[in-house]
Amino acid sequence: MFADRKNIPLSVFCSILLFLLLFSADSVSALEANGELSGQGFLFTEDAAWAGQRDVSVSAAATLELYHDLTDNLQFTLEAFYRVDSQDANRSHGDLRNAEFLYFTDDWEIGMGMGKVFWGATEFVHLVDIINQTDQVEALDGEEKLGQPMLHVTVPRDWGVVEGFVMPWFRERTFPGKKGRLRTPIAVDTDMAVYESSAEQQHTDLAVRYSTSIDNADIGLYAFTGTAREPVLLLSLQEDSSPVLYPYYEQIGQSGLDIQMVAADWLFKAEALYRTGQSRSYAATTFGFEYSFIGIGDTMMDLGVLGEYVFDDRDQGWLPTIYDNDIMAGLRLVVNDMDDSTILVGLIRDVHYGSTIIAIESSRRIGDSVRLNIDASFFIDLDREDPAFSLAKDDYISLELVWYW
Amino acid sequence: MMSIQPVNRLVTLSLLIAVQLLSVSSARCETAEEKGLQIAIEADRRDDGFGDYTADMTMILRNKQGKESQRAIRTRTLEVPGDGDKSLSIFDTPRDVKGTAFLTFSHKTGDDEQWLYLPALKRVKRINSRNKSGSFMGSEFAYEDIASQEVEKYTYKHIGEEEYRGQLCFVGESYPVDKKNSGYTKRITWLDTKEYRLQKVEFYDRKNSLLKTLTVDGYQQYLGKYWRPDTMSMVNHQTGKTTTLTWRNYSFQTGLTDKDFNSTSLKRVR
Repeated sequence: MFADRKNIPLSVFCSILLFLLLFSADSVSALEANGELSGQGFLFTEDAAWAGQRDVSVSAAATLELYHDLTDNLQFTLEAFYRVDSQDANRSHGDLRNAEFLYFTDDWEIGMGMGKVFWGATEFVHLVDIINQTDQVEALDGEEKLGQPMLHVTVPRDWGVVEGFVMPWFRERTFPGKKGRLRTPIAVDTDMAVYESSAEQQHTDLAVRYSTSIDNADIGLYAFTGTAREPVLLLSLQEDSSPVLYPYYEQIGQSGLDIQMVAADWLFKAEALYRTGQSRSYAATTFGFEYSFIGIGDTMMDLGVLGEYVFDDRDQGWLPTIYDNDIMAGLRLVVNDMDDSTILVGLIRDVHYGSTIIAIESSRRIGDSVRLNIDASFFIDLDREDPAFSLAKDDYISLELVWYW
Repeated sequence: MMSIQPVNRLVTLSLLIAVQLLSVSSARCETAEEKGLQIAIEADRRDDGFGDYTADMTMILRNKQGKESQRAIRTRTLEVPGDGDKSLSIFDTPRDVKGTAFLTFSHKTGDDEQWLYLPALKRVKRINSRNKSGSFMGSEFAYEDIASQEVEKYTYKHIGEEEYRGQLCFVGESYPVDKKNSGYTKRITWLDTKEYRLQKVEFYDRKNSLLKTLTVDGYQQYLGKYWRPDTMSMVNHQTGKTTTLTWRNYSFQTGLTDKDFNSTSLKRVR
């Protein structure tokens, strides 16, 4: 089921979890199952830039979610995902997004298994989110994540929440294959991944986080040490002397900060990080605001205005990012109709190169349990020097129907 | 008012206090504003001490053409002595928003605090609750209508008493304190004189024309003291749309504490 063969221990781990679950499922009434089935199509409106890429792709995906109250203080949640893609073999993949036992009391809780944790505040770039690996083939925006095996202890107190993470197994980033769009000029061969640590995927990563609410602000601070979620892509030659990129996962230390703050009619958001271990040490930050107009033009509709900026001081030659010095602006229309229709239009512009990305996300419900998502991205005036240049010919419109059951 | 000297101001203040003391002892002397406030305080006092409760709510949205959409929401409410309630609303349907949760700390004065939990991203987002006139999840209820109704959020004026659906009611006007961010200039409320339960509310928009009417039905008493309705219907006169809330499975003093209303418990909400 799981795409890369290095994940076999994961499958074993999951089987054990399932076995435990079935054995403990004496009270069937507490077992809750639901899921999603979806169909998705991509239409790329320009001829592909790189050899092997296709202009149209369709795919189907299924998600199964199980939830089980074992006792009053012990929950089990499972979320298994699988996608089949017509073009990109790397996008045909599966993952255990979640398979976690959670034991909790009023004073502490402990989670064990495949978990998902989000850290961050801003809307456009997710700088500080680090626990889970990005499922890059799923979405360009990096919001889709792979499940992370972990032991997660949470201690909520009046003065804040302290969390500790032990992550004994590393998940490799997914990358589009040769036929996939939205990729580097040379496709990444994930089977050739190499590690700085001799423990490779079995390196134990650690993280601690403190978060608290002070007046109108939610603040989070963390430290992480372990394998970089973001690999360096190195060039090599295959046996037939064709070039190939392979991921190199380094050991890093990272501290991060995230803030969400309400001030009068405004919402302010900020993230910052300091990372060591990937070429020179560097800092990066993203921050911005959100302002909402409620009931525009005597309708029920709300219009949110977003403005953000990102600056990333990394060694661009070693670990390029498209978000090095960019301003972002967005409009979010919430129609407040029965179908919960929303439209988000975002613009990302590189201050230095002038490269511009326009992204549109729209969504509405159809009937009771189907949702229609129509997204589009346009890449405008991408500069050759900009790492985003490899996406220059990847303007697309995508349509997705999701059935929730 | 601007020219009043500090000394005079003190005099005015002590006079005000004297008037208030007087109004407690002899109701005949009180102004319409004082009587309105007294009724609001009494209605609030009668609900004191409920501790906490949970309930299941069904929200039915209906447009002018009769098209319907339904949402199932579980609610948990905690009374906070000396301040507004804490509440948690968890969506069960529509299925695409299943598990989405709103956490609200309401306050007697100043803005409420509010967070939204998005289960797909496991993300807790802070919400700016100042804009209280916005629609709650596409319904005819604004955030300020479903928020904890604290006495301090309005000023009051008693209008009179009249029979409404077979019960004698106090009829009063209330005006939002936060005029800038409320969607209303005033509300006219009907409270029955026997149990001080809200029976009907008319909402007047910023142009002072009738916007919505809320009717409340099916009151039942819990723990021999606390009244809760089974149905609340909001009609928007300007759009013809309605939203009906029906409540089931009220359960009081279930043992909820502050710890059931923090970011940690929000993330494991089911």
